[in-house]
Amino acid sequence: MPAAPTPDLTQAEAHDLRRLAGFMIPASPEFNVPGADDETIFADIIRSLGRDTKDVRTALGWLNAMSDGKFADLPEQRAEIIAMALLNQESSVITALGRAVLQCYYRDDRIYRSIGREPRAPFPKGHTLEQGDWTLLDAVRGRERMWRDVDGYGT
Amino acid sequence: MNPDTTRPTDEIVDVLIIGSGASGAAVAWSLADTKMRILCLEQGDWIKPTDFPSNGRDWEARRYSDFDISPNRRKRDTDYPVNDDNSPMKVANFNGVGGGTILYTAHYPRMHPSDFKVKTLDGIADDWPITYWDLEPYFTENDRMMGVSGLAGDPAYPPHQPNMPPIPLGKTGTRHARAMNKLGWHWWPSDISVASTDYEGRAKCINLGHCTPGCAQGAKASTDITYWPLAIRAGVELRTRCRVREITTNEQGMASGVIYYDANGEERFQPAEMVILAANGIGTPRLLLNSASARFPNGLANSSGLVGKNLMLHPWPQVFGYVDEEVDGDRAPMTVMWSKEFYETDPARGFLRGYTLQFSRGTGPANEAITSMAAGRLPWGKDHHKTYRNLLYRRMQIGIACEDLPEEHNRVTLDPVLKDSHGIPAAKIDYTISENTRRMMEHAIARASEILTTAGAKNLFASRTALNSPGHLLGTARMGTDPARSVVNEWGRSHDVKNLFIVDGSVWVTSGGVNPTSTIQAIALYIADQIKQRLANLFD
Repeated sequence: MPAAPTPDLTQAEAHDLRRLAGFMIPASPEFNVPGADDETIFADIIRSLGRDTKDVRTALGWLNAMSDGKFADLPEQRAEIIAMALLNQESSVITALGRAVLQCYYRDDRIYRSIGREPRAPFPKGHTLEQGDWTLLDAVRGRERMWRDVDGYGT
Repeated sequence: MNPDTTRPTDEIVDVLIIGSGASGAAVAWSLADTKMRILCLEQGDWIKPTDFPSNGRDWEARRYSDFDISPNRRKRDTDYPVNDDNSPMKVANFNGVGGGTILYTAHYPRMHPSDFKVKTLDGIADDWPITYWDLEPYFTENDRMMGVSGLAGDPAYPPHQPNMPPIPLGKTGTRHARAMNKLGWHWWPSDISVASTDYEGRAKCINLGHCTPGCAQGAKASTDITYWPLAIRAGVELRTRCRVREITTNEQGMASGVIYYDANGEERFQPAEMVILAANGIGTPRLLLNSASARFPNGLANSSGLVGKNLMLHPWPQVFGYVDEEVDGDRAPMTVMWSKEFYETDPARGFLRGYTLQFSRGTGPANEAITSMAAGRLPWGKDHHKTYRNLLYRRMQIGIACEDLPEEHNRVTLDPVLKDSHGIPAAKIDYTISENTRRMMEHAIARASEILTTAGAKNLFASRTALNSPGHLLGTARMGTDPARSVVNEWGRSHDVKNLFIVDGSVWVTSGGVNPTSTIQAIALYIADQIKQRLANLFD
């Protein structure tokens, strides 16, 4: 699949990121959802890199080094092993990469519907919140004063 | 007097307030009835309700960009950087009309009476020169102005009457409450500055989700929609995009005004009869230290050497767990109830002072994935979807507000290299968590884990200094009666510069174990009243 051109990433970086995104969150027939390499979702990821662009490029640089510059051409199984090795590193760079993908994946209409959420902004409709069981507070209402009456103002 | 006559000079004002946030707005509104000419300089913008993230589909992502709580990531052109590399706690603030009240959870507890008598009661830190009861009428006045939802009768507090009914417990709160009752521990619906009913022109909460990054509905109280409209109507001038560089002084050692950069970047001089600092516990010491001169070589109001010292940030562990049913998730205000079971000192616990347990709901779809991925709960690859669906909307969480005690080595200084966009030296913080606090944190994490387990939660996770930790900014220009041991007196006036006042969290002597906004504002109203009562001899 060709990667969309972007002012922030080179064509090769965008291509690698798209393949990597497909390993991060693959499509799932079971849940009827696309992967993070889906054309619409990936375009959103690229468009929204923003403050994470530098870290994402760093991560892609690491990926490039781990795959001898051939990530795009590696067989599926080998590419997945390298992708997971990258993603399993504990680093703020990897956290940023994850955030860049997840924040877009989990606002796509299809994903929202799959998790039972209406695809819309919170405002203006908001949500409904049930009152809950206020009788539970009866167990606390009768307690003795707990605050320390340090100034002699207690009743 | 303008130190440089080539710089444009504005018309003199009676009162110049620096900062329009929680305390600046309150003091401006209160002083407005004096009919003095009052000007507030704010470095940020007005934020329109349509600017808030909950208007758009990218509402969760914007918590990590232009509504991030860290100025170092947010990097709006109205922000200033803070070097917090040498601190496990990171700085949270917002620069705009409303200041930190734009970007807070709206959890609104007061300090407790015992919080003002720490030395007397527990032999540590210092007592405040004022008491809870000195502030009590101002708590009430501030509650009325901000609009607080809650329930009277909490045995953990002196009696007070919130303005509106509490926010619903919901499924999450019910589950938390049931667990607390099983354990026999105190809980109570939190005081929250979110309108549960229509209130003073504000529409009631419609459960947009996490309240922190601003409320498009206007149900959350921020001072841009509470105090400021009234203050402006009463004649106070609020000038935005004006960044103060330094406070100037005259031959008598009195504050004469400020040098600031206006919205066009032009350097100007604003003369004033009185200067009030309301720039938070980082911004205020930064400005005082940046106002060093031949007359005040260690920074303004700093004869005690305490400007910038005793920084308190409220270490804030968080414990999460996941239950076997959907609960409220992000579809409600985040905070629901508190527990003061471990608030007052019990030396048998192995530490002094205590903490508030703050019971929270969950989080939204993207943020659940982002935080769970960072914590190692959510895998990449083929197992991602199934695991995610067992996390979403099932989170129960407890935040822990640990009292942070003043220590002089925790401090704000000027960074020798880092500067803001106007070339003004930035603040640097050096901060460590004390041994007493560490013991408190571990105790609290164990109790929170016990509660969550009792609530049926599994897959528990505790973070000791939370991602996006609150970083309440307190203590860096403390209040006291001894000029050698404090920066301002018991009514907020600088010991050294008698027409300079500080009304923000800098003046705090100790931190309590609560979110500070309610008490910050009560103190600002108290100081404003002290000023009004002493106008005839205010500078003597």
